[in-house]
Amino acid sequence: MTQTAQRPDTEQTTPTRSRLVVVGNGMSGARALEEILARGGGEQFAITVFGDEPYGNYNRILLSEVLANAAGAVVDNEDADDEIYLNPLDWYADNGITLHAGVRIVRIDRHAKVVLGDDGSVTPYDTLVLATGSRSFFPPMEGMWASRTALTRGVFGFRSLDDATAMLEHVKDHRTAVVIGGGLLGLEAAAGLQAHGVAVHVVHPTEVLMNQQLEAEASKVLRSKLQDMGMHMHLGVKTSEILVTDGAVSGVRFTDDSTLDCDMVVVTAGIRPNIGLAMVSGLETQRAIVVDDKMRSVDDDDIYVVGECAQHRGEVYGVVGPLWEQAAVLADVVTGADPDAEYHGSRLATKLKVAGVDVAQMGVKTPERSSDEFVQFSETGRGVYQTVVIRDGTLIGATLVGDVSKVAALTQAFDSRSALPEERVKLLFDLGSADDAAAAADLPDDTQICNCNGVSKGDLVACVEHGAESVSACMAQTRAGKGCGSCKGLVKDVVEAALGGAGAEDPAEAYYVPGIPMDKPSLMAAIREQELKSVSAVFAALAPEGREHVGSKMGLTALLRMMWPDEFVDERDGRFINDRVHANIQRDGTFSVVPRMSGGVTSPEQLRRIADVAEKHEIPMVKLTGGQRIDLLGVPKEKLQEVWADLDMPSGWAYGKSFRTVKTCVGTDFCRFGLGDSTQLGIDLEERYKGIEGPAKMKLAVSGCPRNCAESMVKDVGLVAVGGQEGDQHCRWQIYVGGAAGATIRKGDILATVDSHEEAMRITGRFLQYYRENANWLERTYDFVPRMGLDHLVAVVVDDVEGIAAGLDARMQESVDRYADPWATDQQDRTPGQFHDALPLVPLPQVPVREDSSR
Amino acid sequence: MSDVEARLGPVDQIPLGEGRAFLVGDEPVAVFRPRSGGLHALRAICPHRGGPLADGLTDGEVVMCPLHNHQFSLADGSCATGADAVAAYSAAEEDGELVVRLRHAAQRS
Repeated sequence: MTQTAQRPDTEQTTPTRSRLVVVGNGMSGARALEEILARGGGEQFAITVFGDEPYGNYNRILLSEVLANAAGAVVDNEDADDEIYLNPLDWYADNGITLHAGVRIVRIDRHAKVVLGDDGSVTPYDTLVLATGSRSFFPPMEGMWASRTALTRGVFGFRSLDDATAMLEHVKDHRTAVVIGGGLLGLEAAAGLQAHGVAVHVVHPTEVLMNQQLEAEASKVLRSKLQDMGMHMHLGVKTSEILVTDGAVSGVRFTDDSTLDCDMVVVTAGIRPNIGLAMVSGLETQRAIVVDDKMRSVDDDDIYVVGECAQHRGEVYGVVGPLWEQAAVLADVVTGADPDAEYHGSRLATKLKVAGVDVAQMGVKTPERSSDEFVQFSETGRGVYQTVVIRDGTLIGATLVGDVSKVAALTQAFDSRSALPEERVKLLFDLGSADDAAAAADLPDDTQICNCNGVSKGDLVACVEHGAESVSACMAQTRAGKGCGSCKGLVKDVVEAALGGAGAEDPAEAYYVPGIPMDKPSLMAAIREQELKSVSAVFAALAPEGREHVGSKMGLTALLRMMWPDEFVDERDGRFINDRVHANIQRDGTFSVVPRMSGGVTSPEQLRRIADVAEKHEIPMVKLTGGQRIDLLGVPKEKLQEVWADLDMPSGWAYGKSFRTVKTCVGTDFCRFGLGDSTQLGIDLEERYKGIEGPAKMKLAVSGCPRNCAESMVKDVGLVAVGGQEGDQHCRWQIYVGGAAGATIRKGDILATVDSHEEAMRITGRFLQYYRENANWLERTYDFVPRMGLDHLVAVVVDDVEGIAAGLDARMQESVDRYADPWATDQQDRTPGQFHDALPLVPLPQVPVREDSSR
Repeated sequence: MSDVEARLGPVDQIPLGEGRAFLVGDEPVAVFRPRSGGLHALRAICPHRGGPLADGLTDGEVVMCPLHNHQFSLADGSCATGADAVAAYSAAEEDGELVVRLRHAAQRS
């Protein structure tokens, strides 16, 4: 079958374009094409693609899901679940690509520079890409084959969509399956078949299942979990023969001569790269086609190889990560986008679910040198096994089975080779986080729980003994957790332990604000439905007896301002004093004034003006902030407007539950290490998202290289430039979210790594909008990110699985568009006495003026 | 000190739901005008750390000091969050004008 999409005479009509031919239409071939198109290859080349499967390309990784699909639902070729297709046939036509699906290329004539198809076609090329992938390996065995090309009825490989659909058809009336080969693919096939109610026997030649990824102990834990699920294991034995009755499978015989009855055999004994074409065409092949660092055949500069059929520096990769990296390098070189791009091999990290058991593996499996550190944790009862291997202070390998909760942190440590905790076991466990109430119950009574307000465990327990029935009641009475808030978790544990654990369910904990008994989603739905646009309207409609609640006003104001950027009815009494006068109240009732200094970049002119203002108004302290700007402290309320006018600079929002600053390093302009222009990105982020309000403050940073001088990993959103290869002009940006280095210390998680400045801006904004819409009042990102889960955030914010990205972007844009500088707009009083002194007769400021210590 | 009474001008110099500070004799007084109606007066300085109560958020029942969130009853100045009480005074609207009366100076403390 040949399907030719549009432009049948491409070569003749546009002779000026160079001809690019891709052989192989699997995941790596398609990925290489996408990368080439992304670099303008669509204009540069007339592209022809050959694939011997008659489909558009599809995601082979999802085959096991196709197989495990709801029992009975047969997937047929015409309307198979669209998700599996990476690019439908239309995609080729839309991109002007000629696709010959179902045509097998049998030979390359490298002198004539043509490829010869099994349909007799001859296609010339200037540049050829081989992405022939690999195929199932069928060990030589009696009974395997019905003919030279056809497997015995009931015998299957597990490699293609056809394999999966044929198996689905077969399981409808067959009961017992033998899976030969207990590697990753075999176990996935086994799990898929088991989901269809088939009894599954896995045969594996060693004791170690998934021996590619796992060492013996880890494998043992996995095995016992799979056995608990009813999978039968035959380990350390080989299959010697497939027994056939009436032309169909009836059983297998093992090398010890024992037999097992079955009516289905799945062969997953490994894969072999498809290198026949390369061999007959005279290209160097070993285990696969040998390539150089530019992904070219070592014999021919016009022939590129990508994917499972490529052997680079002795390695042949069979998982997607490396294929993606290879495709990007190939496209850089082929299109000339970066002729010096090189592939230097991949560090493998895999995370997968094998039959419902989480498994993650990266780097080496076991220590290899006597100096390697090896940390091992095994809890077989729960089916958990974890190890890490450390060499010279960096993580070089980790294996997690059953509990992969630390995989994100480990992957980060593995990828970035970052410093590791002194106590290595902290890589696997959060020590001392008191995540169970039992630990809290054991604390002595005089242990101070809340350091801000000096509340001991005894105080909290006494509170419970005097009748407090909830965490929030104890917090209200003792003020524990009402300072910086970092002890809230511990307060909760102590109170719950005192309450006896059970019955401590506190609905108030889920409320967005304490005065309205609703969680954030229900509250937002009610506000939207009833079109409540002011704080007083929300209280009247939704609070018990319509009663106002002082501690809820600020949270409601912030929520309504986000929800109704245009129509919000601004009641100034719903704002905290800082937000009424756009400055941060200090201990003596004076205020601090921090003008915006985007990205921490200033100028002599600006500094001169600030100095003049400080002198004129006798500002008692001028201080640099942690967010790289200048703070004028001790300004009385009634002088604020005058100070703003004299400064003639915009507000830096250093007072709100809002977007604060973007700390930056000097990036590429002056720093000799800089990979990305962090200063400009920081300025652009700050200019765009300035003053955006949220559930809590948002502090950002951008670092120009992994030295991370702007401390991006401990920010609500932190960006770090990472390089491609040396000499590569465009850097990529890692986006960390949920970091903190204040009352709580938390390293951010990588949300995404993006290619451009623009994409970094967009993803940052989208994450912030998602945070604004979904975080609880005063919930910082360091609580929000773990609560939502990184996987979920990546899926929603980056991959847009919920299809809400465009809406998030649009709503953020709306907030950006509505921005007005509060210092400019409040030069005229908004309310009577807005800037009146609130401490009459008290001479302000009372802050002691320090002598300049630098003199 | 005997009763001091001060007529402080129009009520609407205090925005609805907010408070403002005034001098009554030599006593700083914060007067609040809740949305639920009425007028309330407290000494303007938080007994905890001297915070400006007139700058605090209020509802119908309490004012919350902007510095450390202690809450004081508008009706009698008592504190529900562990600080000392603040002196409470009487405030009323008479002929459109705000009138504050300090009864016994000794009540403060």
